[in-house]
Amino acid sequence: MTQASVTVSMPSRGVVLGILQKYGVYIAIVVLLIYNLFFTPNFFAIDNFRTQFVQVVPVLIVALGMALVIGTEGIDLSVGAVMALAAAMIPLYIGYGLVPAVIIAVLAGCVIGVANGTMVALIGVQPIVATLSLMVAGRGIALLIANEQLKSVTDPGILALGRDSLGGVPYSVIVAVVLVAAVALLVNKTTFGKQLIAIGGSRRAAELSGLPVKRILLLTYVLAAGLAAVAGVIGTARLGASVPSTLGNLIELSAITAVVVGGTPLSGGQVKVIGTVAGALLLQFISATLIKHNVPDAYSQIAQAVIILFAVYIQRGKVFTK
Amino acid sequence: MPAEAESSAGTSALDEEMLDEEKRTIVTTESTASPSVPVLEARSVTKRFAGVTALDSIDFQIRAGESIALMGENGAGKSTLIKVLTGVYQPDEGELLLDGAQTTFARPLDAQKSGVSTIYQEVNLVPLMSVAQNIYLGREPRTRLGLIDFRRMYADARALLDEYGIQVDVRRPLRSLALGVQQMVALARAVSIHAGVVIMDEPTSSLEAREVETLFRVIGLLRERGIAIIYVSHRMDEIYRVCDRVTVLRDGRVVHVGGLHELPRVELISLMLGRSVEKVQRGGLTAFRAANESDAPPVLEASDLSRKHQIDAVTLSIRPGEVVGLGGLLGSGRSETLKGLSGVMQLDRGTVKVDGKVVRSGSVPAAIRAGIVMLPEDRKSEGIVPNLSVRDNIVLAALPKLSLAGFSSKRKQDAIVDVFIKRLHIKVSSPDQIVSELSGGNQQKVMIARWLAMSPKVLLLDEPTRGIDVGAKAEVQSLIDELAHEGLAIVLVSSEVEEVVEGSGRVIVLRDGSIETELTGEHVDERSLLAALAGDSSLAEPSPAGHISEDPKDIA
Repeated sequence: MTQASVTVSMPSRGVVLGILQKYGVYIAIVVLLIYNLFFTPNFFAIDNFRTQFVQVVPVLIVALGMALVIGTEGIDLSVGAVMALAAAMIPLYIGYGLVPAVIIAVLAGCVIGVANGTMVALIGVQPIVATLSLMVAGRGIALLIANEQLKSVTDPGILALGRDSLGGVPYSVIVAVVLVAAVALLVNKTTFGKQLIAIGGSRRAAELSGLPVKRILLLTYVLAAGLAAVAGVIGTARLGASVPSTLGNLIELSAITAVVVGGTPLSGGQVKVIGTVAGALLLQFISATLIKHNVPDAYSQIAQAVIILFAVYIQRGKVFTK
Repeated sequence: MPAEAESSAGTSALDEEMLDEEKRTIVTTESTASPSVPVLEARSVTKRFAGVTALDSIDFQIRAGESIALMGENGAGKSTLIKVLTGVYQPDEGELLLDGAQTTFARPLDAQKSGVSTIYQEVNLVPLMSVAQNIYLGREPRTRLGLIDFRRMYADARALLDEYGIQVDVRRPLRSLALGVQQMVALARAVSIHAGVVIMDEPTSSLEAREVETLFRVIGLLRERGIAIIYVSHRMDEIYRVCDRVTVLRDGRVVHVGGLHELPRVELISLMLGRSVEKVQRGGLTAFRAANESDAPPVLEASDLSRKHQIDAVTLSIRPGEVVGLGGLLGSGRSETLKGLSGVMQLDRGTVKVDGKVVRSGSVPAAIRAGIVMLPEDRKSEGIVPNLSVRDNIVLAALPKLSLAGFSSKRKQDAIVDVFIKRLHIKVSSPDQIVSELSGGNQQKVMIARWLAMSPKVLLLDEPTRGIDVGAKAEVQSLIDELAHEGLAIVLVSSEVEEVVEGSGRVIVLRDGSIETELTGEHVDERSLLAALAGDSSLAEPSPAGHISEDPKDIA
C-alpha cells in the first residue's frame, strides 16, 4: 500500500525518505481509504466509520501515554495490565456511582504508574524491565481483585459511556478527542512538555541544566498509566463487563506501533501527538480492511509487523539522509 | 620557587627544538643496556580519521625489559597509538615489527596471541566468574574427556598469583575482590599468555595507595623477566618511579624520545603542552584584556571540597568580576572541582557558599538557584540537546521563569532568545534552526546564552574554547572578559596554557586532586604555571628505574 507512493514520487531518494518520514502515515491512510472506496463495499458509510472510531479509542488513548513515555526514551509495557486493573475496580465501586468509580479506577492505574516511574526515575531500572515486571504483576493484582471472574456491569451510566452518542458522536470518541487535545497542549505548550522532550533528547544535558529530571520522568509514567486506566474504563463500558483476564492483552504492542508509525522515534526527544492518532487510525483501518475481505486475523497481525518494520526503516533512513 | 631557576638552565636545547618545529629531528638518547632488537616497533605509522590525522608518521620502539612512559595531553594520539599497537586500529601507513619481523594485527586477538597485552583502567574481565576462570578464560586446562580440569586450573592459578605475592582465594568470584586485586588478576592473566609487551593505560586511576605499591612491585618483577612495559599515566610521580624512558606525543607526532631521568619534570610538561619554558608571550595570543582587579567581598567560597580518588581538600574563593584560572594537567582534578562546585558531582566533604549562604551539595538545581552555573566540557553529549531548536536550547534552563502557570510563553522566550542571539552574535538562520546544524563556536554561544538567561553570579567554564574555530574562540574569550567586567565571577579551566594565563587574574594550580599553589599578580605567567604544573619535587633526584620506594607518600 505504502509502496505505491514510493514508485510515483520524484527521483531523489533523500527527498522521498524525507516526505515519508513526515507524511508517510497520512499518505498510507489516504491510499488505504482510496483502495477501500473502490474495492470494499459498504466501507464508506457513516455507521462503518463510527464503528471504526469507537474501536480505535482504547488503543489511541493508550498510545497517547505511550508517546509521552517513548518521548523520554522509555517504553511502557504495563499499559495492558493497567487497563485490566482499572476494569477490575469498576464493579467494586460502581455502587457509589459512575464518577467515583471512574476516579478510583484511574487512581488505581496511576498507582502502577507511580511504581513504574519510581523504578525508572529514582532507582534507575531500565524502562523495559521495570514496566515488564508490572505488566506481569499488574494483571495478577487485577485478577486477584476480581477474584479471577468476569463480572457484568449493569450501571446505566457506564453502559451509556460505551454505547451512547452525543449528536451522533459516541461518548468514547468525545473522551478520546478531549484527551488528544489535552496531550497535544501538554507536549507543545507547557514547560513540562518541553522539559520531557529535552530529557528524551539528551538526559545528561537536561540534568546539567538543572531540570527536575526525576520528577518529570515519574510524572510521565503516571500520566501514561492514567491514560491507560481511562482506556480500561472505556473498554469495560463497551463490553458491558469487567474482564480483567483479557482486557488490554497485547495492547502495548499496538500502542507502540501506532506511536512509531506516527513518526515518534524510539530514541526519544520527539513526541508526535497527531502522528500517533494517525498511526492508531492506520492500524485500525488495516485490520478493518482485512476483516471486510475475510482475511484471517493472523494476516492482520503479520501486516502490523510489516508496517512496524517499514516505519522503523524509514526513521532510520533519517540518519543517512542528513 | 626553586623549580624555575633549575629548569631554565636545562631548557636551551629544548627551545631550539621548539623554534625549529618543522624540520626537527628527534634526538634519541640510547639506553645504557639496550638489547639489540626491539620486541615491538612501529615504523612511520600514520592513522587518519575522516581526514583528521591522529597519528602522523610515528616511530616507536620498545626493547625487552624496558619500561617506556607514553606521555601527551588530550588528543595527542596516545590512545590511537596504543590501539594501533594492539590491533584495534589498522595503520593507514607504516608498519609494525615484532621482534624485528614485520607483522600485522588484524584484530586485538592477533596482538594478544603475539604477546602484546593491554591492561585498561577499567578491568575488563568477567566479574561473576572466579579468579582462576578469569585467568584461564578461553584456554582452560582440559581433562581427557574434554571437560574443564578445575583442579589443575585452581592449582595453576594459585601458583601464578603466588609468584607475584598476591594472596587470594582463586575460587572467589572476581567482583568480590578489591579493584586493585582485580587489576592484578588482569595483569597475571596478561602475563600468563606469554606476554612480551604489557601496555598499561592509567592503571592506578582507581587504586588505593597500598594497591599501587603492589602493582609497582609486580611491574618490577615483570621487567626482571624481560617483559617490556608501555605505561600511560598522567601522574608524574608514577612515571618517574616506574619508567626509565619516555616518548612524548603532541598533535599526533612524536616530539621527544629519550631517557626519563635526564628530563626534568618541567621540561617534560612543556614538551607535552608545546609551550617552551622560556618562550613566554603576553598579550597577542588570545583575545583577553588585562586582568580585572576587584576588592568586593567574595561571592563564591568553597572549602575542603573532597571526593575519593578525585579531589582532596580544594579550597577557593572568588570575588565578583574576577576570572580565576584552574591550572592543572589532565586528571589533576580541575574538571572535578567544577563538577563539585556546580552540584554535578556529589562531594564526600566540603561546603560551597554563595554570598555567605551554604549551597546544598550534589544538587544541580540547588547550585543553579544559588547562582552557580557550569558550561560542561563535553558540549556535544552534556551541553546541547541536539534535536531541539536554538530557541529551545537557549531557554532550556530558564523555562520555568518564562512560563505562566506551567504554560510556556513564546513571547517571553522570544524576547530572551533575541537578546542573546544579538548580544553573543550567534549565527543562525532563525531561532527555530536545529542546534546540531550550527558550528561548534555557535553551539558554545548557545550554551553560554542558556546560562546567562539564568542571570548567574558564578560562571564555571570547562574548556570553553575547545573544538571551535579561531574566530569564534576570540569571540568567546572577549565575551568571558566582558562578563567579568560586568561583575560575574568566573572560573576558567582550559588545557591551553596561554588561555589560562591571559584570561585569568589569578591561577589556582591543581595537581593529583589537590591545590599545589596559587599564582597571583605578576606570577600569572606561563613560566610560573609550567613550573607549578611540574611541582616542586620535579627537581629532586629521580629514583632509579625499577627501584620501588617503600614510602607510600611517594605516590600520593
